[in-house]
Amino acid sequence: MDFTLTPEQEAFRESVRAWLTANMPKEWDRRVTATSDVPRPEAYDVLRQWQRTMYDAGFVGLTWPKEAGGQGLTFIEEMILHQEMALAKAPPILNILGVGMAGPTIVAYGTDEQKRRYPPKILSCEEIWCQGYSEPNAGSDLAALQTRAVKDGAHWVVNGQKVWTSLAHIADYMMLLARTDPDAPRHKGITYFLLDMKTPGVTVKPLRQLTGDAEFNEVFFDNVRIHESQVLGGVNNGWAVGMTTLMYERLALGFGLQVRLRIAVDGLIELARRMEKEGRQLTKDPVMRQKIAQLWIDTECLKYTGARAITKLLKGELPGPEASTGKMVWVETHQKIQELAMEIEGPYSQLMRGADRAVENGAWQYTFLRSRANSIEGGTTEIQKNIIAERVLGLPKG
Amino acid sequence: MDFGFSPEQEMLRATARKFLENECTSTFVRARMAEPAGVTDEFWAKLAEQGWLGLVYPEEYGGTGLGFVDLTVLMEEMGRVVMPGPFFSTVLLGGLTILEAGSAAQKKEWLTKIAQGEAKATLAWTEPSARWDAAGVTTTARAGGTGFVINGTKLFVPDAHLADVLVVVARTSESKKSDEGLSLFLVAKDAKGLDVQLLPTMDQTRKLCEVTLTEVAVSADALLGARDGGWAPLSRVVARAMVAPCAEMCGGAQRVLDMTTESATIRVAFGKPIGSYQGVKHRAADMLVDVENGKSLTYYAAWAMDENVPEAPLAA
Repeated sequence: MDFTLTPEQEAFRESVRAWLTANMPKEWDRRVTATSDVPRPEAYDVLRQWQRTMYDAGFVGLTWPKEAGGQGLTFIEEMILHQEMALAKAPPILNILGVGMAGPTIVAYGTDEQKRRYPPKILSCEEIWCQGYSEPNAGSDLAALQTRAVKDGAHWVVNGQKVWTSLAHIADYMMLLARTDPDAPRHKGITYFLLDMKTPGVTVKPLRQLTGDAEFNEVFFDNVRIHESQVLGGVNNGWAVGMTTLMYERLALGFGLQVRLRIAVDGLIELARRMEKEGRQLTKDPVMRQKIAQLWIDTECLKYTGARAITKLLKGELPGPEASTGKMVWVETHQKIQELAMEIEGPYSQLMRGADRAVENGAWQYTFLRSRANSIEGGTTEIQKNIIAERVLGLPKG
Repeated sequence: MDFGFSPEQEMLRATARKFLENECTSTFVRARMAEPAGVTDEFWAKLAEQGWLGLVYPEEYGGTGLGFVDLTVLMEEMGRVVMPGPFFSTVLLGGLTILEAGSAAQKKEWLTKIAQGEAKATLAWTEPSARWDAAGVTTTARAGGTGFVINGTKLFVPDAHLADVLVVVARTSESKKSDEGLSLFLVAKDAKGLDVQLLPTMDQTRKLCEVTLTEVAVSADALLGARDGGWAPLSRVVARAMVAPCAEMCGGAQRVLDMTTESATIRVAFGKPIGSYQGVKHRAADMLVDVENGKSLTYYAAWAMDENVPEAPLAA
């Protein structure tokens, strides 16, 4: 057992830290993003440029192979990078779905042409990707998806609808799952397409959320023609390819989340210091102290569980139980942090951004509302529990 | 970074599991629960033979010189079978305090005996106030004759009825700060004025005692560590020792989870195994999360103790 980093890894951390200090975009308001990594619409241009700057410095795609434009490094460097970005309150990677999911899947399943064509532009943020998985009647039960693709010469003709599609409104490409064989068992008749979002027949309609933002969309396909060279990983093999993407999703979105939680807890303590209840500073309230301490413990827990999972990855083993618990534990902790922030603010919790008296310009209100989706997006907590019970504990399927 | 166990540690786990499955069966545990001793001489001798009683002591005192991460592996296995007896009180509470505060001669004498299974020890710290801080210590030791005279009542003392030697925390001088003026003493089981009463407790695998000290006279060389300087070593020992029951509970919790999962797979209701219903499934998943989280924190605390990182007591 060893928690120390090698001198090379420490040096990498130093170089990341120094680079971030020198290159942080000046127009980035750290305060607003202190508790969240959700890209806000008004920040897209800054974020595009930011990813490009990071890419030019060699900090995007660390674990990708060099042939695909990556750095060929390990998950330790990836973890260090995300920790430092979180600590510096640096802007997030805008093309996270491309870098974290589409790219690695293309590297794993793509033809030589596909591998040459797409990964570099994903890393540089020249082409932003979105994920066309969920449909109105296929979410947790993804294999129920109904969007159809029918062969017509060298093309596939797609009709149907996707929903909750993050970033579709700015995306250049979509990872699209569509049913290509309606007669096959449901997991066997699905194909994974790389869809150019500018193709005629693609319509994107933004969905406004609880937060007031429109991060995600409905996407409609009306006789959309996709050339057969845009199939990834073979016709009717889309389920396996799509699951690979989801495995990368867990990894990509997992790094750095723990540090962001810790930053949120630190922010919570600052908030509690400034707020009073019945004339007493909230940090002096024993109940409040215990609640904050418990959240601190929860974030520690996540750190060490993450370290155990990364250890297994580095040893070339499959992630064990500790990896499968990560998402749901993170969600629970994050939602509790946000709820406690509302409790700390008391009556002020009602004031949103725009109100002169809003605490911290309503930053916590935004993240509180946004956090409600955490237990749904990226695999609901209920589905995570089913997966743990069935795949880790071996309980029978229902 | 490597947050996993070494091949040697995995081997220790396999050895411990096999040994305990054979020697510490459910029948054995229940029999020990029913009697005051909570352990048999034969079983204790076997633990010594395995080298486990001196696992974390240096080799010069008859130990194996291993660390807390190794101990964690062993304790998880002990927890798995709910091993009864004075392992924690002897090896970790009594023994570690002697290791931390004792002179070379005291360590040589007691740790060697503990490692060989020839002596048991415990720590008499808490009192009827049930306080875990320095202010809770009201037992006094006044200088008298060539040594000290101890008076006071210690409560919740684990396995005092089995111990050959008790490490007693007592106040040797009054000070404004409660953590000043405390000293540690070695009190032999046959000391005059020492009375030990076994208490009926909920967890019958862990015996607890009330220890009354009435004008107990000890010689000057019974002092363990510096006079008035007892709190610092004591708090270090307590932080370290705490890791052991955590590991034990991780092992126990994992076993309970295994048993529950097995039962949910076999037991059928409404025509299907109950584990196929989400009502059961989700609770099982929640249990797994709790067990894994417990392990993460415990393993880190054990590592932090071995490496002496500044936040080790916090981690514990």
